[in-house]
Amino acid sequence: MTTQARIAAGTIQLAIVTAFFGLWTLLTQMHAINPLFLPALPTVGVALARLVVTPVFWSAVAVTAATTAVAYVLAVVFGIGAGFVIGRSPVLTRALEPVISGVFAIPIALFFPMFVIMFGIGPPSKIAFGAVYGFFPIALNTIAAFTMVDPLFLRAARSLGASRAQIFRHVYFPGALPVIVTGLRIGFFICFASVLGGETLSSASGVGHQIARQGELLNSGPMYAWIVIVLVATIAMNLALTGSMSRVRQD
Amino acid sequence: MFARTESKIRLAVLLAILASWEIVGRFLIDPAVFAPPSRVLVAWWPTFAGNPKLESALLTAIVELVIAFALAVAVGIAIGVAVGISDFGRMTLFPFVLLAWGLPQVVFLPLVILIFGIGPASRIAFGFTHGVLPIIVNTVAGMRNVNPLYLASARAGGASRSQILRHIIFPNMVATVFTGLRLAMTLTLLGVILAELFVSSNGIGSYTQLFAETFKPASLLSLVLTLAVMAVVFNELVRLIESRFTRWRQD
Repeated sequence: MTTQARIAAGTIQLAIVTAFFGLWTLLTQMHAINPLFLPALPTVGVALARLVVTPVFWSAVAVTAATTAVAYVLAVVFGIGAGFVIGRSPVLTRALEPVISGVFAIPIALFFPMFVIMFGIGPPSKIAFGAVYGFFPIALNTIAAFTMVDPLFLRAARSLGASRAQIFRHVYFPGALPVIVTGLRIGFFICFASVLGGETLSSASGVGHQIARQGELLNSGPMYAWIVIVLVATIAMNLALTGSMSRVRQD
Repeated sequence: MFARTESKIRLAVLLAILASWEIVGRFLIDPAVFAPPSRVLVAWWPTFAGNPKLESALLTAIVELVIAFALAVAVGIAIGVAVGISDFGRMTLFPFVLLAWGLPQVVFLPLVILIFGIGPASRIAFGFTHGVLPIIVNTVAGMRNVNPLYLASARAGGASRSQILRHIIFPNMVATVFTGLRLAMTLTLLGVILAELFVSSNGIGSYTQLFAETFKPASLLSLVLTLAVMAVVFNELVRLIESRFTRWRQD
């Protein structure tokens, strides 16, 4: 892509973003759309400014962050553990990989009511739900990562007299890492979305609960403010993780 | 020889899961919140048979899924082709698609319910938005993945733009697009189910709520597992259509 084309594309993208907010302003100014569905931009801005100074905001963020963190740690431990055991054995991979990816093709959200009656409406049900959802992409990517390590490298290392530990440290680990890291990234966002989804469906705390509550109270300003916060946080985390990921890939 | 070992392992693992589910459900967890497979099997028929409203809720969900998926396929492929056909579209518009694809859509669920109400419209809308993005992404990717050698030789042979599209780009897209369609089927169902579960006054959500509140985990699992089987059937259906479309590849 030439620099010129890049600049042209950037300009057009900027125009699209401007048009988006312009249309939003126009529609709300002309009262062409119910403010319940689309509040005016300043309304959202004011709601956002009011929201971030309330203790409710910070406690909701803390609940969601802690829930996501615990769920993710569980997903990583079990996902990498299972992926490691299965992925290093060709027979286990052929036997179990289709089962795991088959189950992942079922929307696990179906089972969410089960999580609620077993673990209650508090954070534990979201932790379990997020951990189960996050487990699958991490396990599947870890399996794929170990399967994809070139057997030629393994044979070469073995014939040069490398020990098992050395083979793991110098062949398996660096060979599998990039794909595992991709799984960790996908798993994180699925885990995060599942926790938010669980909180939205049924809970008494957390960011998802706040969005659902503001919707039920028909407070579209604060609801949009919460949505904006989640979207911005997601994009920020995405950029941060992509950045650290490319570092892993380089060495 | 390999195939037999694998199916034995697969069978053993599935039996082990079933057995531990039975043992845990029978002896370890409060029967008010969890049920072993034997109880689910017994509860399955009475759950649906004496309950025409539940049957119609299930049927409604299937209709919602089919409509949402059909809309997602039509719109997704159209947008995907429009975006992917030119460098311009890929450079300026595709980043927005990828941006939307990375966001947790569930934060919009309360808003979708607010706009489309608690009936089928909101489920179709939410299923559609979940399904359309992977189709767009995979359609664009499919249009890009064409071997440049084919394009060069077609041009050298004097093929027109529409001939190149018809005979080279479209046939090459099929596999990638179907990967998107399978993912979209899972996600459309996810969107429909999330919207169903969010509204607890009618549809499937009212029954999961009812079964949970009246401590009937066997009925709840019957309903949830029926939906899971439905998910598998719909996924296999897409796979079946895919094998019809890609038959020419084998011969």
